[in-house]
Amino acid sequence: MNTITPHHFLILAFLLFGVGFLGVVIRRNVLLVLMSLELMLNGINVALVAFSRAGANLDGSIFVFFIMTVAAAEVSVGLALLVALYKKRKSIFTEDMNLLGN
Amino acid sequence: MSGPDLLFYFFATLSLGGGLLMVFSRHPVSAALFMIVSLVGVASLFVLLDAFFLAILQVLVYAGAVMVLFLFIIMLLDVGPSGAKASKVKLLSGVAGLISVGLLVVLLLDLGLGSMDCSECSAENCDACGESAAFAWPEIRDETAANGNSLIFSPSVKAFGFGLLAKYMLPLQVAGFLLLAAMVGVIILSKKSTAEGEG
Repeated sequence: MNTITPHHFLILAFLLFGVGFLGVVIRRNVLLVLMSLELMLNGINVALVAFSRAGANLDGSIFVFFIMTVAAAEVSVGLALLVALYKKRKSIFTEDMNLLGN
Repeated sequence: MSGPDLLFYFFATLSLGGGLLMVFSRHPVSAALFMIVSLVGVASLFVLLDAFFLAILQVLVYAGAVMVLFLFIIMLLDVGPSGAKASKVKLLSGVAGLISVGLLVVLLLDLGLGSMDCSECSAENCDACGESAAFAWPEIRDETAANGNSLIFSPSVKAFGFGLLAKYMLPLQVAGFLLLAAMVGVIILSKKSTAEGEG
C-alpha cells in the first residue's frame, strides 16, 4: 500500500459509521435498525484496526475482538426481545411501539 | 496507483455500497444480503491491514453467525417489504436524516481538510499528513513479545492469543461471562413469551 494512508481508512470508517447512523435514524423496521447498528460497529472496527496497524500496536485489534463479542451478544438479546415484542404486539415497526402514548 | 491501492478502493466501495443498499432497500431479506456483502468487504479491508485473524473472525462471526440469525428471525416473523404505512412519520425521520447527513458532511470535511493541512504539526509527528505517499506503514515483525506495556502488532494468531491471555485476561473472562449472560437471557426471554402465549 503505497498511497493509502490511515486517513483513507479513517474516512471510510467514518462513512460506514455515518451510513449506519442514517439507517438507525430513518428506518422504522427494528430488524433494519439492528443491522444498521452492526454497520456502525463495523465502521468503528475499521478505524481501530487501521490505527492498530499504523501504530504497530496490537491493543486496538484486541479491542476489535471484544467489540465483536459484545455485538454478537447484543444482537442475540435484541432479536430475542424483538421476537417477544412481535408475539405481544404483532408488529416490528417502531411507530407501533407507543405504549407510553403518542 | 498500484494493486493494493486499487484493492482498497474496490473493497471500500463494496463495503460502503453494501451498507447504503442495505439502508435503502425495501425488503428485509435483500437488506440482510447486502449487509453480508458489506461485512465481507470490511473483512477484506482487514486483510489489507494485515489483520488476518480479525478478517476470519469477521466472516465467521458476522457473516456466518449474526447474519444467519438475522435471516432466521426475518423468516420466522415473516416480515414483508415495508410499504403501506411508510409515510406516517416521514417528516420527523426526514429532518433527523437531514441533520445526521449534515453532521456527516461537516465531520468528513474536517477529516479531509485535516489531512491536507500540514502547517500545524511538527516534523516528527507529521507521518500521516502532507504528501500522502510519504506515509510508511510500519514493518510487520513476527514476534509476540510485548514492548513495555503495549503489544506489538503482528498478523499471527499466536500474538493475538498472547495478548488475550496475558494482558487482557480479565476482559476476556468478562466477555465470556457476558456471552453466558446473553445466552441465559435469550433463553429466559423466549421461554417467558411462549409461556404467556400459551397461558
